[in-house]
Amino acid sequence: MIETSLHKRRGLNIAILAGLSFVFLHEVPVAQGVWPMPQKISQSSQRFPLSPEEFAFQYAKDSAAQPGCSVLDAAFKRYFTLIFPGYSAPSTSTFRVDPFTLVVKVQAGGCEEYPDADSVESYSLGVSGGQGVLTAETVWGALRGLESFSQLVYQDEYDAYYVNKTEIVDFPRFLFRGILLDTSRHFLPVEVILKSLDAMAYSKFNVFHWHIVDDPSFPYQSLSFPDLSEKGAFHAATHVYTQADVQRVISHARMWGIRVLPEFDTPGHTQSWGKGQPDLLTPCYKGAVPSGTFGPVNPTLNSTYQFITRLFKEINAVFPDSYIHLGGDEVSFFCWKSNPQVQAFMAKMGFGSDYTKLESFYMENIMNITAALNKTSVVWQDVFDYHERIPRDTVLHVWKGTTAQYRQELSRMTEAGYRVLLATPWYLNHISYGQDWKDAYTVEPLNFTGTEEQKKLVIGGEVCMWGEYVDATNLTPRLWPRASAAAERLWSDEEQTSSVSEAYPRLAEFRCRLLRRGIQAEPLYVGYCKHELKAL
Amino acid sequence: MDALLKFAALLFLVTACQGRHESLYSTPNLIDSAYGSLWPLPQKVQTSPAVFSLSGASFQIVHSSESSAGPNCHLLQNAFRRYFEYMFGFMKKQGRYKSALASEVSELQVWITSTDSECDDYPTVSSDESYELSVDQPIAVLKAAKVWGALRGLETFSQLVYEDAYGAKSINKTEIADFPRFAHRGILLDSSRHFLPVKVILANLEAMAMNKYNVFHWHIVDDHSFPYQSPTFPDLSQKGAYHPYTHIYTPTDVKMVIEFARMRGIRVVSEFDTPGHTLSWGKGQMGLLTPCYSGDTPTGTFGPVNPILNSTYEFMTQFFKEVSSVFPDAYVHLGGDEVDFTCWKSNPDIQKFMSQQGFGQDYSKLESYYIQKILDIVAATNKGYMVWQEVFDNGVKLRPDTVVEVWMGYNVEEELQNVTAAGYTTILSAPWYLDYISYGQDWQKYYKVEPLSFKGTEEQKKKVVGGEACLWGEYVDATNLTPRLWPRASAVAERLWSDKDVTNIDDAYSRLTQHRCRMVQRGIPAEPLFVGHCDHEYKGL
Repeated sequence: MIETSLHKRRGLNIAILAGLSFVFLHEVPVAQGVWPMPQKISQSSQRFPLSPEEFAFQYAKDSAAQPGCSVLDAAFKRYFTLIFPGYSAPSTSTFRVDPFTLVVKVQAGGCEEYPDADSVESYSLGVSGGQGVLTAETVWGALRGLESFSQLVYQDEYDAYYVNKTEIVDFPRFLFRGILLDTSRHFLPVEVILKSLDAMAYSKFNVFHWHIVDDPSFPYQSLSFPDLSEKGAFHAATHVYTQADVQRVISHARMWGIRVLPEFDTPGHTQSWGKGQPDLLTPCYKGAVPSGTFGPVNPTLNSTYQFITRLFKEINAVFPDSYIHLGGDEVSFFCWKSNPQVQAFMAKMGFGSDYTKLESFYMENIMNITAALNKTSVVWQDVFDYHERIPRDTVLHVWKGTTAQYRQELSRMTEAGYRVLLATPWYLNHISYGQDWKDAYTVEPLNFTGTEEQKKLVIGGEVCMWGEYVDATNLTPRLWPRASAAAERLWSDEEQTSSVSEAYPRLAEFRCRLLRRGIQAEPLYVGYCKHELKAL
Repeated sequence: MDALLKFAALLFLVTACQGRHESLYSTPNLIDSAYGSLWPLPQKVQTSPAVFSLSGASFQIVHSSESSAGPNCHLLQNAFRRYFEYMFGFMKKQGRYKSALASEVSELQVWITSTDSECDDYPTVSSDESYELSVDQPIAVLKAAKVWGALRGLETFSQLVYEDAYGAKSINKTEIADFPRFAHRGILLDSSRHFLPVKVILANLEAMAMNKYNVFHWHIVDDHSFPYQSPTFPDLSQKGAYHPYTHIYTPTDVKMVIEFARMRGIRVVSEFDTPGHTLSWGKGQMGLLTPCYSGDTPTGTFGPVNPILNSTYEFMTQFFKEVSSVFPDAYVHLGGDEVDFTCWKSNPDIQKFMSQQGFGQDYSKLESYYIQKILDIVAATNKGYMVWQEVFDNGVKLRPDTVVEVWMGYNVEEELQNVTAAGYTTILSAPWYLDYISYGQDWQKYYKVEPLSFKGTEEQKKKVVGGEACLWGEYVDATNLTPRLWPRASAVAERLWSDKDVTNIDDAYSRLTQHRCRMVQRGIPAEPLFVGHCDHEYKGL
């Protein structure tokens, strides 16, 4: 805070340096390259002019995907606008530019499927005079390659488009690169979610972790239990996601190669569930009488498991992804302890006074229900921390602790043979003054004690944007471009992307590109973009 | 409201959620405030349980027949329309219908009592913003000496209107007598570190009026860019702006901002900060900045304005003459902060000048020398001036009507004591640097500041005429400025407007939660204070 008081405009020298690099960026018309950094990229200074009138996408003759491939047909349409952001109508200029064709070849089909846990996203891209060749095993890889290609195209000071001779061979370092949005603490209108999905694709994120319900509200409109949102949403008509909304999100995400991983967190974080589902939550007692308040889901009743079975059956049908997030975090035992029926159940089961056993009992039942639906469970780390018997294929989600603590947790979990996801260093709802994107950037997800085999069990990471202080008014600038820093950590080679100062100008340019695409991404530092945000 | 209350109990249960840990600030209770959604809280409010209805089809805001202002007062005509839109604009206009309810407020009469309404003037630091509002049926009366008070009263009236459970517009019988605690209630925006498009500035002037702010401190140029297009010295923006066409404020833009602000009772105080913070000036004005030296040779870099050349003062005379005619406000902010002496020290000509003047090695004397000349130049244009505190701290001779802005975060009380003891008018901004962000409800920190807690006589305290919330531009541009500023700046607004004893955090939280939803409904993307919802969520994207 003392530093605070010393400089009104803090760090003038740095300011000048950063300012200069900005100026540099925009006066020398060369693309700073692709964000996140491809695994292998070589570029020459030889550049080719591009013209929107003389540009075409084309399926290769031997491509498994051909016209009619919904994912790629839609992608071509989108990327045409992203590649030529200033384009509105055919120009009357007589200035001739050679035609350019981007030929796309997909080895396997799968145009109508959903991306999933094992989807292959690798691709290779070669750009030379008059032609680019994009080759990918799957349509998902082709999408990543199209994004990279769009970022190779830049405009000179006369707004003419160019692309340099380039060779890229690329694949993600981690299979799971997610963003968590929380639609319970504040309701996020569907348009906000769709826009976030667009921005995710620009940074090659591939999982939207939808923390859809929680204590404060239950906006998911359930077919089987309409009362859940009818009574548990902030407003039953204006603050809910209808089935049509959910379908819109899922299909929009699919078009970008993004999975939608729903989270229905139990047995804690369920206050809003209780409003529309009487007897689901544990009544808390004060002495011998109910206090009128409720705790976690009541794990002692058969009706609870019948309810969850039906609800999860519905969720299984609504959300196509093979994963489901079961939550399981931060269960307070306070209310369970106060309740005589729960006490009696504890005695009957021989749990003594160890309430983690009761929690364990509940989670096991829930995981069995999801296993019966052929879904892979994801749970927050608490479930591993307190319980022994977890199905082998469960994915554990690390969210707590200091750097030392989460590294230790990663060691323990992978040693026990579980697949893990890392979120702790990427809680971007936490904000601080200055360039905190650097903290997100310099994370080393595999820097923990363990064998090569153990490291392979880290399937990825996730940026979490919890909703206490975030809604439609501020979500987008708070998330971007800070999440993009994490995106590069999760996609790119760590050694090639270890320097914050090399990342800065690239990320600054990428942020301007996001603005140009209508994403309200906040500035990294002093400077400007050639095309500032148009909307307010 | 009701929904919010039910939700309050729940909020408590969930505060200790996953990873949403460790915020420095506690979560206040949502209560049913006796003052509804009023923000900032008026000095005297008497509400009665009697409820009247208002109909968008028949309600009118009119000039009272006794008012000294009439339909040719554009400022009020414009305000009537604006507030009608705020109150009824979200409803479909229906045909005129007879209300079934006997008690209806059908008219708000605005009565300017002084013979000079000041309708066509610019607001000043001594403008009378007081007003009295009496809401009864069938007519509500808003009395104010000047249009400035009427503007504040219209805002208050619009805040009294609420929707009942059936969505019908309602208002309680109310008596309000109101006036600001401090005369200078400002927001600083920095359009140099990042360019702020005019529409962003206008949107924030709208939000300022909703919070009864009355000064826009426009930190228009600085080291990084010079977006102000000067007719006298067009090269300043031609070469010093980020871009000479897309990242500048033309004279028309500046006029538009000033008039838009005037219509809302907001002064525009421009800041042209010298001799430091001027790197961008040097690009379009050769010879203005001090060349820095390494040994005997110029390094090619530049420092603060060169204070030893006559040409500097000739330039400044012409420049400030222009500024004084472009900006109608009686004050110009001259900056004067954070002057780095390194470059001056390196320059042989300056060294020579120092010894000629007998300044020895004391470069603050050179700074004083410069500032005094600038003050004289500006005084000659018949403008008053504001300066950052260093100018006072360094012992520069100031005119008695100088306004000193206290911004440094340490020894704030001591500084206030000293500046006021020396008899200078003072503005406080140190506790309200809103560009500094942290996790959680930091509005409480800004709210809890008591500007007059320093030791001093009554006379000294009167010298503190107000405060400013500053949003410096390092990390802020059009993408995130508005949600970062609001409703955090609203907390400062209440501290500067309302009575000293208005300090109840639960009451403030409850009113502010609704006030922020109202701003959202009016199109201002004000960020949330905490978990919850607004009936009308932000629609823009």
